[in-house]
Amino acid sequence: MIWLGWRQLRTQAATLYAAVAVCAVVAVITGSALPRSGPDVFDLLTPGDRRLYFTGVIVMALAPALVGAFLGAPMVARELESGTHGLAWNQSVTRTRWLATKLVLSAAAVAVAVGALSLAVTWWAAPLDGASSSTRGSLPGRLTPVSFAMRGLAPVGYAVFALLLGVAIGILLRRSVPAIAVTLAVFTFVQIAMPLWVRPHLLRPTTQLVSVSADTIAGIGFHNEDPVPTLEVQSPPGAWVLSDRTVDAAGRVVPVPSSFVECVPRPPRPDQPDGPGVVNIRERMDTCLSQLAAAGYRQRLVYQPAGRFWPLQWAETGVFLALSGLLAWFCFWRVRRL
Amino acid sequence: MSAREGAVVATHGLGKRYRRRWALTDCTLEIPAGHVTGLVGPNGAGKTTLLNLAAGMLTPTTGSIEVCGGRPASGAAQLARVGYVAQDTPTYSGLSVADHLRLGARLNPRWDAGLATRRIAALGLDPAQKAGRLSGGQRAQLALTMGLAKRPELLILDEPVASLDPLARREFLQGLMEAVAEDGFSVLLSSHLVADLERVADHLLVLVDSRVRVTGEVEDLLATHHRLSGPRRDPATLPADQHVVSASSTDVQSTFVVRTDQPILDPAWTVGRLTLEDVVLAYMSPGAEPRPALEMVR
Repeated sequence: MIWLGWRQLRTQAATLYAAVAVCAVVAVITGSALPRSGPDVFDLLTPGDRRLYFTGVIVMALAPALVGAFLGAPMVARELESGTHGLAWNQSVTRTRWLATKLVLSAAAVAVAVGALSLAVTWWAAPLDGASSSTRGSLPGRLTPVSFAMRGLAPVGYAVFALLLGVAIGILLRRSVPAIAVTLAVFTFVQIAMPLWVRPHLLRPTTQLVSVSADTIAGIGFHNEDPVPTLEVQSPPGAWVLSDRTVDAAGRVVPVPSSFVECVPRPPRPDQPDGPGVVNIRERMDTCLSQLAAAGYRQRLVYQPAGRFWPLQWAETGVFLALSGLLAWFCFWRVRRL
Repeated sequence: MSAREGAVVATHGLGKRYRRRWALTDCTLEIPAGHVTGLVGPNGAGKTTLLNLAAGMLTPTTGSIEVCGGRPASGAAQLARVGYVAQDTPTYSGLSVADHLRLGARLNPRWDAGLATRRIAALGLDPAQKAGRLSGGQRAQLALTMGLAKRPELLILDEPVASLDPLARREFLQGLMEAVAEDGFSVLLSSHLVADLERVADHLLVLVDSRVRVTGEVEDLLATHHRLSGPRRDPATLPADQHVVSASSTDVQSTFVVRTDQPILDPAWTVGRLTLEDVVLAYMSPGAEPRPALEMVR
């Protein structure tokens, strides 16, 4: 059975490995030319480097989806649609063994390929993740939703999950093309749902009450016509901030008090250059902030600290492998009853 | 249910439902070992469903089925005992003929590589040819070769020649007969073309609406069925040993198809011989009375 499993997989596997090899070569060539350390990494990046950085993110987001859609979905669906399951299931091999061989071979091939791809991209992006410049901006850290699932081990979990999702949907729909479309849709939903609703709760986040002062404040945000601003305090380096809310002395989430709104100077408008000077604004602001702190207001900062990267990676990979196990069980159950 | 000795397929109250439609209901039958049994019946009689159940491609909704003494597809050993060539004679279009033989060799403990290679050579198939490029007849032959080289105790063929032209049809059935003559395994094949079955089957089973209308050896069926035509007559007045299979009458004349072991003595009848197709059609015609299945034993 291993022979047949491999014979049916080898073309797709070759394509997959060729694509991974191309990506790895590109990563090694461009990666060697990157500034790889130092405090001013961000300032040394060219626009091309930044484009490559986000290309890496997109490649890692697409790879599992493509694996699920083009390797997983047709795996059994194509057999059911062309009737070849009638040939395969009438050899002296049970359906369970037939499916087990196909699943194990393809899952192993996919895990290794996507693992290698992730290794290349993670290595390439390591100096850039979270790189920031004091003046010109920054790149997202590796714990943020932009790049967390595109680094380290997690892509392997995503890819194996996408593969089994595709196989299961293919078995359900019994048609390749609809199965490919549904797999892409469902997997995209999972990719979005994971950082929104699941990942923040995989490990209990750290909660910290920060008293607002000129040293801790990171920004005051005015939103459109809303007169009440929101405050943001500085978070530990590399942390993934889940929420940053103003609380009163009793610990309740409240809007910034009106006394502060009245106190705080409006930012100078570009069309009114003759407003109060920048120095004056800064002094006024310090006074407002210390009044706010004195009234018992704090910022409650909820975040995953940078050190959680690997624990979260393991947890998320574990979640996807467990889901893959459930999907595999479903596939076996369904194939026995077809 | 315990299968009678010598039955290669035995079902009891077998039923299969697809969602809300029953394809087969309460089917009880036995198919003897050591025969080439032809399964005939009108479309929708449940032939394909029955064969799929026997091969283990489907699981019964109700009742039981035993094939070669075991539950279909219950394990690798049971799968090895039964060969099945499905209606559309599926092959992997991306694999070559040689790949198919390799597949068979890897997946079947009793695979007869010599037989497979000889048959492919005799058919003039190029082993390097992709199965997707074969003609319908060649594909059917490849599927049959795989079924034969597996060396099953029972080979099930579902409408194997339906898509073939008359020449390919003859070659296919010829190949099947040669293999049976050599190895003496049991064959169960379905067709709605009796003429095809007549060439290979020595045993016949007519299935109408999940019920066995008649089953028996072809020779016996031919010897015991007669067409009687003569002056109009009530079928109830026929001798007790003459079972009326089908009856048609005009104002002055009656034509009956009857089954009897006894000679026809009444001089009023013109007695006609029936072909196998006539017998089958008599049982399949709407006028044929449903009756409990009677088994013809020599």
